Amino acid sequence: MEEKKVVEELKKKFSDRIKEVTVQFGDEIVLIERDSLLDIVRFLKDEPYSYSMLLDLTCVDYKGQEPRFEMVYHLFSIPNVQRLRIKVRLSEEDLQVDSLTSLWKNANWLEREVYDMFGVKFKGHPDLRRIFMYDGFEGHPLRKDYPLRKRQPRIPLRK
Amino acid sequence: MPTRIQKEASKESLLLNMGPSHPAMHGTIRIMLELDGERILNSEVEVGYLHRGFEKICENRTYFNLLPYTDRMNYVSPLINNLGYVMTLEKMLGIEAPERAQYIRVIMSELSRISDHLTCLAAMAMECGAFTVFLYNVKAREFIWDVIEETTGARMTTSYIRIGGVRADLHPDYKTVLKKAIVETRKVLKDIHGLLDKNKIYLNRTRDIAVVSKEMAISYGWTGPCLRSTGVYYDVRKASPYAAYDQLDFEVPLGERGDNFDRYMVRMKEMEQSLRIIEQAMEKMPRPSPPKLMVDALEPAEAIKASRTKKVDKEIKLSPNLEGSERGKYLDILGTDKKYVVPPKEDTYTSIEGIINHFKFFMRDHGIRPPKGEVYFSVEGGNGELGYYIVSDGTDRPYRLHLRAPCFHIVSALEEMIQGRYIADVIPTFGSTNMIGGELDR
Repeated sequence: MEEKKVVEELKKKFSDRIKEVTVQFGDEIVLIERDSLLDIVRFLKDEPYSYSMLLDLTCVDYKGQEPRFEMVYHLFSIPNVQRLRIKVRLSEEDLQVDSLTSLWKNANWLEREVYDMFGVKFKGHPDLRRIFMYDGFEGHPLRKDYPLRKRQPRIPLRK
Repeated sequence: MPTRIQKEASKESLLLNMGPSHPAMHGTIRIMLELDGERILNSEVEVGYLHRGFEKICENRTYFNLLPYTDRMNYVSPLINNLGYVMTLEKMLGIEAPERAQYIRVIMSELSRISDHLTCLAAMAMECGAFTVFLYNVKAREFIWDVIEETTGARMTTSYIRIGGVRADLHPDYKTVLKKAIVETRKVLKDIHGLLDKNKIYLNRTRDIAVVSKEMAISYGWTGPCLRSTGVYYDVRKASPYAAYDQLDFEVPLGERGDNFDRYMVRMKEMEQSLRIIEQAMEKMPRPSPPKLMVDALEPAEAIKASRTKKVDKEIKLSPNLEGSERGKYLDILGTDKKYVVPPKEDTYTSIEGIINHFKFFMRDHGIRPPKGEVYFSVEGGNGELGYYIVSDGTDRPYRLHLRAPCFHIVSALEEMIQGRYIADVIPTFGSTNMIGGELDR
């Protein structure tokens, strides 16, 4: 019930910036405009909703669709014990979104992971570089056009 | 390309490299330290040495085939990883396991939790010099793994929890082994309390070191024992109970200060609660259906021969290797929905429907195909909230599978935790985060 209330409130406050609200397998999903991500997330983080935890942050590559990428944010409210999924769509030409590092500290590594795996750029990220793959790795492995068995040349030893 | 710290470090300070291959960096992780004497001015944690492309592999495997890969995430508690994946899929498919299977799942995940905590504390204590504690913990873990091995057939890479239930029923005599494991673990826990709780050396290295406030823990997305050590009450088993956790009575231990010692203490208390849960689950678990008497049962070869002319209505003796695949067991532990469960082996051998079913299950593009959509589900892992995010496009393999690894969030706070402390403090602090390489790097 609570979840519905939050979504209703969001719709009222940011009516023009919320694109779509859907329910899938019992989870509420809110699709929002890219540029209003920080505003909406900040609103949710404060009282009374207190979505104070960034549970997860990831990206999905819908190759062949426009816009191609979709950022997925899972927020969690400890006092109300509920999760909320916020999504933002990004087109391949303008692959960037606001960084959440100013609000949550774990966004730093999570965004680095998404940058590493998908090549999404985060505006305002203090230290955006690869996290799992090495420097000199070419391409972004979790994109759908990156072949499963692709091999890359060995990198020379550091001097 | 130089790393961040190499650029930022001042000329007077010393750069020291810990890891990726260092006795205290169990798993492979690298910490670059900028030092002034023994004081850490700045640090940088580098991860990714164990990155195996779990998520990419999963996108190219069917829902049934990718189950063994989930074992390799947190390899100290693989059963919880299986459970998380399977329950996410069950949420998508809208199925529920039989009650007995739910209790088996609870027992198995609690056993894994204990072995996870024991391993973490063993390593942490050993690195502080308490080798006895390490040996005691590993001894207790052996008893727990005996139970797991007896039921699942493997010690670590179990792949035991299956869509719709579990792979095989508990061993008929499991209670004896399990009770022994509980008694031994209790004894070991008591010994460890005696060895460490008031140990001056241990206290000096853990008390008030790497203190994490509630706000900091939440900001870093901490969950599990590490979050609870700061005093925040959040446990997935209580917040959104899954399997049979709502039927069982247990407490969620909390810490006060959020230092290394509290993280140790919360884990110790959690193990006691896990033992309580196991004992209750053993009592409350529904009894299995009585075993069939195999007096005039047929050998498989005879049954196959007989099935060529008429329907076989006698029982069939299956090889012990196929334990858990007998038709009689399905109601207890796997459910009977043919869409999601591998058909019983008797049917596959002797009836045309059974063999079609079998092929439909394993054939390319025919297996389990959840409806289109996306789902997130989480269970309480050894380190915290272990969540799976699956996007399905209606085919037999996931379009995207993402694992929310609790470890990743915890280790990302390490830089801040060791800032301004001595080198020696890195060791117990790192030990208390319970870094598991497989889960961290995926």
